Amino acid sequence: MKFANEVWVYVEQRDGKPADVSFELLCKGSKLAEEMNGTLKAIVIGDNVTGIAKQTFTYGADEAVVIQHSSLKHYRTIPYSRILNKLIEKHTPRIVLFGATIIGRDLAPRVASNTKSGLTADCTDLKISDVKYLKQDYPKLLLQIRPAFGGNIIATIITPDVPTQMATVREGVMELHPLDKPKKGKITEIEYKPDPIDEIVSIIEQHREDSKVNLKAAPIIVAGGYGLGNKENFRLVEELAHTIGGEVAGSRAAVDAGFVTPDRQVGQTGVTVRPKLYIAIGISGAIQHRAGMQDSNKIIAINNDPDAPIFEIAHYGIVGDATEIIPMFIDVFKHKLK
Amino acid sequence: MYNSIVMVKQVPDTANISGKVMKDDGTVNRAKLPAIFNHEDKVALELALQVKERYGGKVTAITMGPPRASDILRECLYMGADEAYLISDRKFAGADTLATSYVLSEAIKKIGDYHFVFAGRQAIDGDTAQVGPQTAEKLNIPQITYTEEIIEVSDNKIKAKRKIDGGYEVVESTLPVLLTVLKDVVSPRPFSAKRVMAYKNAKSLIDLEKLTEENSLLYIDKLVHEYEERGLFIKTLTMDDLQLDEQRCGIKGSPTKVYKVESVVLGGTDHIRIEPTKNGIGELIDKLMKDHIFG
Repeated sequence: MKFANEVWVYVEQRDGKPADVSFELLCKGSKLAEEMNGTLKAIVIGDNVTGIAKQTFTYGADEAVVIQHSSLKHYRTIPYSRILNKLIEKHTPRIVLFGATIIGRDLAPRVASNTKSGLTADCTDLKISDVKYLKQDYPKLLLQIRPAFGGNIIATIITPDVPTQMATVREGVMELHPLDKPKKGKITEIEYKPDPIDEIVSIIEQHREDSKVNLKAAPIIVAGGYGLGNKENFRLVEELAHTIGGEVAGSRAAVDAGFVTPDRQVGQTGVTVRPKLYIAIGISGAIQHRAGMQDSNKIIAINNDPDAPIFEIAHYGIVGDATEIIPMFIDVFKHKLK
Repeated sequence: MYNSIVMVKQVPDTANISGKVMKDDGTVNRAKLPAIFNHEDKVALELALQVKERYGGKVTAITMGPPRASDILRECLYMGADEAYLISDRKFAGADTLATSYVLSEAIKKIGDYHFVFAGRQAIDGDTAQVGPQTAEKLNIPQITYTEEIIEVSDNKIKAKRKIDGGYEVVESTLPVLLTVLKDVVSPRPFSAKRVMAYKNAKSLIDLEKLTEENSLLYIDKLVHEYEERGLFIKTLTMDDLQLDEQRCGIKGSPTKVYKVESVVLGGTDHIRIEPTKNGIGELIDKLMKDHIFG
């Protein structure tokens, strides 16, 4: 099997602004590349994106490959996937990583399908390891780790028999470690050759608002789950967050039930957070949720079920009815910090 | 007139897994899981039926799965699908998303004569959202993922609204196109009582073969003919029917392999129990203030 000993990260931009998740992936990618004795390449597609390419060296890229053209300003499936398909076909990188954003989830499967690569979605960890599989030795494979089957199991996926291993990862899962001194990387510009097929889908209008929610940066997060029962009770979570200066978050079940907006979802398919304090209220603590918050500095769990798994990772546990405990908490807090 | 093919999937009800479904070795015993119609695929079917009502045409439901997946094809017929195909073969077992998209794309090519391919954004048993785009790539057609609304179809073009990170966009695409659909876009219609009566005995080739095994007086060709005549035959496509490359099907055609599965074992770390009283909570807040988390 022939491949280049390279880790590639697709660096996503929207309106010319790089996505955080791409830089997080570069940080992880640089560690993976080190363990493989390989190199890390950032792939940047857009219009006027040399600035973003330069930024990738701060996050460990050895090389930034830039494809820029005015018609590539906004992400569109066909031109972007066509570019990546060709690059991968030509160079055969060992690993390609994508953010599990809407763009990443539109693009990565298309590219994996074309290049017949393996692709694992929403990984919560990535490692390099020698693997023995069906009596055969595979040196330095990518272990793609993710919860599966409703969170009852954690699966380690490998793609041993294909040259290129691909994975998507949600925002916040990998930690951001900018280098004190950026790498002296090189920028390689590749010419984009337009093709009529690229124009088969056109964007007529686009509306995007930068989310005002930044869970990743919040020192205190108060999260509610389905256990709160209804939207009115969820208000108490908001009130507590407001009182103690925290951000409101929710489990996937709370989002699905409409208690809280999707941009506030913590967990495997939401955001991963590491605040100083995480208060989980009415959240049972399924593995997918824990994957998104278990590295919090201090965790308080409030739940009426003393056997809820959330208590297993909590530092402090309160068993009882949240609708009684939250008002009590607010009351005592206000009194103490007066 | 615009024809649609809707890709649907029968999935284990992962939201209702009980402890017993896990085997001792930590793997999942799929046979014990209740099987349901993946909700987003039902939404996709509803959208296809609405396109049919607005512009005319035909709706064909297809699924790749084991014989019992014909359950959800009957449900498609109850909702209003004109035709249903079960794509089933032992050699398809163990397929990952790449192998699945190969089989589905070849089935779609075989069925042919379509303007739209619809699918749910993702299935609840994997949440990968990969099969839609992977199938579109293999069909060499454009895709509109995360579709929120079909605004207009005219002159062999579609205008649709789709979700993007932080907002939405309106795109125009030529046909044919593959659309993946979000769960809240439309509510799937209830089964029509009339259609349930008409199609509850609809059977796939595999269902009919079972009947002939149980009763030696029945002949499969005759039976198929009879069911076809009555409009109750769920067409069945196997690997041979589709002339597929075996190396690209099922577990053989799947680059992703499960290397290790671990049951989630709870760590049982000690935590400090706080009494649900004013005193208990007061002490907790004091501790957090001492740790400089509050104040």
